[in-house]
Amino acid sequence: MKITVDQDKCCGAGTCVLLAPDVFDQRDEDGIVVLLDAEPPAELHSLVQEAASVCPAAAISVSS
Amino acid sequence: MSEVDELPRFPFPADAALEPPAEWAQLRSKCPVAHVKLASGDVAALLTRHEDVKNVLSDPRFTRPTRGDDAARIADSEEGGIFNSDMAEVIPQHGEAHLTWRRGIGKWFTAKRMNALRPGIAAMAEQLIDEMVAKGAPADLKASLGFPLPVWVICDMLGVPDADRDQFSHWSDTMLSMTRYSAEEMKAAEQEFGRYMAAHIAAKREQPGDDLLSALATDPEPMSDRTLIATGIGLLIAGHETTANMITKMVAMLLSERSRWEQLLADPSLVRTAVEEALRLDANAGVGMARYLTEEIEIGGVVLPAGTTAMCSMAAANRDEDVFDRASEMDLSRSPNQHLAFGAGAHACLGQPLARTELQVVLEVLLRRLPSLDLAVEVEDLRRVEGLVVGGLVELPVRW
Repeated sequence: MKITVDQDKCCGAGTCVLLAPDVFDQRDEDGIVVLLDAEPPAELHSLVQEAASVCPAAAISVSS
Repeated sequence: MSEVDELPRFPFPADAALEPPAEWAQLRSKCPVAHVKLASGDVAALLTRHEDVKNVLSDPRFTRPTRGDDAARIADSEEGGIFNSDMAEVIPQHGEAHLTWRRGIGKWFTAKRMNALRPGIAAMAEQLIDEMVAKGAPADLKASLGFPLPVWVICDMLGVPDADRDQFSHWSDTMLSMTRYSAEEMKAAEQEFGRYMAAHIAAKREQPGDDLLSALATDPEPMSDRTLIATGIGLLIAGHETTANMITKMVAMLLSERSRWEQLLADPSLVRTAVEEALRLDANAGVGMARYLTEEIEIGGVVLPAGTTAMCSMAAANRDEDVFDRASEMDLSRSPNQHLAFGAGAHACLGQPLARTELQVVLEVLLRRLPSLDLAVEVEDLRRVEGLVVGGLVELPVRW
């Protein structure tokens, strides 16, 4: 799994960080997404998929 | 005018408090772009499909109607309600300015901050439940817990003293009215609240505390006072009635079928997905989100000309069978759950992590403290609140 995030699209809702705090974080100054782990281990894949699909700004892309 | 008079009036009346009006499913399948008459008498194009609602809400070209737009008005007062007020005008709605404003507030709503708020919110919930239990059953869970909790949380965030919480509740209630209060009452509430906030902001500038307004007021590049006041009003009305009503509706949905409550008691790790499912199935979420179309677009084969007001019904979209398996069923473990209860795109609800946190914490505390919680009336006897932008129940009588 390879993750990319689009910080220009991100609306800072924090949904991904609440779901997968080991993979996503938010910048302290404005809440915009920060990718902590672009290739997370298999046990996190389903949470990452969920984070990508529920992101309100469609700012997370996942490729296999 | 006779053509307008014949249009269906939106929002649609619903008989049951927790069930959707039949029109939603009919429109989704037969008429996904439907012309309707709003409470103001103005006409809008109602969207009910998940794909259409999501696309229009995330389209960066379109935003909430503003005063100069000649858009349809939602409310029936002359002013057109809070969404056409000064408050709505001062906060930037478009492009870079909107982004800057949003990101300035956004840092107060990060997941990290929300997790840090959890113990405080749990303590507030415990206190309110203690007070409810002390008075004895039956109790109104809305008045005892659902309504006060979000105001307490927002007042804390804004650095407002506990003694002013009730006054905040009243302002919030009045400003969000569509039909229940007169235009004068709404205007008066907005002005009183504006004066309170102006004094509060001045005090915070003198003596900053550890709260959102202090941080915004003392920022090296501060917002204007008008924008700060508008931001305070915006956070209150966006964060109070919505969450208060959602706490109440969520508990009602979970108690309306005992097996749901028991499933959560047996496995509290379902709280997160149960909250999302309650948000998705909220049949009484309010009118939805309006978008003013500044240029022509085609939706579901229908061309909507520039100047159209599109009314996006997220609640109808959240029951779209094309997106959700067994869409009308409440599945407490549904995952992923791509509901649109918080909107979508650049204008998606700023406070959604706070709302989620409040809903999750309240549910966790209720399950732990009152496992025998039950409705004290039949589901059929629950009544909807009419006349507010945000939908809710009049009361939620419970026993334990």
